[in-house]
Amino acid sequence: MLKITDLKVAYGGIQALRGISLEVPDGKIVTLIGANGAGKSTTLRTISGLVKAASGTVEFNGQDITGKPSNQVLEAGIAQIPEGRRVFPNLSVLENLKVGAYLRKDADGIAKDIEWVYQLFPRLKERYWQLAGTLSGGEQQMLAVARGLMSRPKMMMLDEPSLGLAPLVVQDIFKIIGEINKQGVTILLVEQNANMALKIADYAYVLETGTITREGTGLELLNDESIKEAYLGKTKAAK
Amino acid sequence: MQWIQQNLPYFLAGISVGGQYALIAIGYTMVYGILRLINFAHGDIFMCAGLMLVYLSASLPFYVSIPLVLLLTVLLGFTVERVAYKPLRKAPRMSVMISAIGVSYLLQNVALYVTGGLSKQYPAIPWLSDTVTVFGALTKRVTIITPFLTIILIVLLVLLINHTNVGMAMRAVSKDFETSLLMGIKIDNVISVTFIIGSFLAGVGSLLFFSNYTGVTPTVGAMPGLKAFVAAVFGGIGSVPGAVIGAFIIGICENIIKAMGWTTFSDAFTFALLILILIFRPTGLFGEKVTDKV
Repeated sequence: MLKITDLKVAYGGIQALRGISLEVPDGKIVTLIGANGAGKSTTLRTISGLVKAASGTVEFNGQDITGKPSNQVLEAGIAQIPEGRRVFPNLSVLENLKVGAYLRKDADGIAKDIEWVYQLFPRLKERYWQLAGTLSGGEQQMLAVARGLMSRPKMMMLDEPSLGLAPLVVQDIFKIIGEINKQGVTILLVEQNANMALKIADYAYVLETGTITREGTGLELLNDESIKEAYLGKTKAAK
Repeated sequence: MQWIQQNLPYFLAGISVGGQYALIAIGYTMVYGILRLINFAHGDIFMCAGLMLVYLSASLPFYVSIPLVLLLTVLLGFTVERVAYKPLRKAPRMSVMISAIGVSYLLQNVALYVTGGLSKQYPAIPWLSDTVTVFGALTKRVTIITPFLTIILIVLLVLLINHTNVGMAMRAVSKDFETSLLMGIKIDNVISVTFIIGSFLAGVGSLLFFSNYTGVTPTVGAMPGLKAFVAAVFGGIGSVPGAVIGAFIIGICENIIKAMGWTTFSDAFTFALLILILIFRPTGLFGEKVTDKV
């Protein structure tokens, strides 16, 4: 389980996170919603060790991982799927998967897991030899998720997986996120697409300018009037 | 036959010097590919390799001194990166470049101090420096060996880049630092490997180059270094095959110009070529188009 306590992060003089606390219980899907610039990505990047926290702690399964370098966070069992997919365009699909398993030494296990992600994403198997840069946006997102799975994470953090994708593709991606969760991977999902995220989530936090302003089960927030107004595109006039 | 006898040496010399430029150019192009840094000190590392053999071979047999020189050159390249570039990883790119220029002058001045500014005679490596006859033309054996050795080393390098884990990591890091970190890649190690490979090849290049042009002075690295850099730009900086092809083209062209009797202009040609490339094809023969990330 991931436990964040009073986490503060600043870029230069700007406070990006003003002391947030949240928990992601084992096996659950937790989502963090909020507008642009609320600090959602910063939260994930701080967990991953890309950004240093000013204060506060990040614990994973009882282990303090605050300020640990990215490779150690990954070894602890947390994989991050970065915003904007960020597949390696100059590497083939298969190589992208292998890079995902970079820290692993078990060649047999890696081969098995490549078959496993091919089952989850048959499209990738068809295109395993293609350079990742030539894939469509949806395929790249699938590859990014598959690459994240290749480290065999206990928890996966997804940063805006729906960004820039067609609605049908977004549905596919969310279906797969649900499926991965059923296979035992804990999910921390950051989304601007609050509607989709709240539907799939067991628990949700709302982040506004570096502070958590609301929390509750996905269903609670989905039916909350103020959330509807602010994040689900329902205006007062439309009611 | 007469014509061949007259011109073959120039052609051979062209291929040979092209191979030597290629070995140096790879160091420029690989470092640029990963760090987007033009490592101005690279030509001076090449010079240091030459100087080291001068001193080491004086007291050690070649079968010890040559491997030792290669090892020390690798160590020098590795150290330069760790001391002068790594602390500036998050600094603006210009700072790293200025640091590289600083290292270049530092190495030159250390060499000046050590040699007293005198040109040192490079030792004649037996077998490599022997004279052989090819189609009636006299030349050193190193001239014949260079292109073959260069190509073998480059094939090995390309295999390493395309078919090993560390090669895969290098390609990943060259595209995206941050995502590479998220994959657990230790970027500093990958960068060190790049400098180690570049310095090793520059060390091999120095053995071949100085067997042909036997005077080692503190600034001797500048000209071959610059030309190798032009070759890397010509081929498309960041591309290993591009740098190699660029280097051979420049080496051969320079010697054709010499064969035509315009020796004085052979250097000018190379730099005129650089200007033309930058005007008409700034990404070089195989360079990728620069796309800004949104």
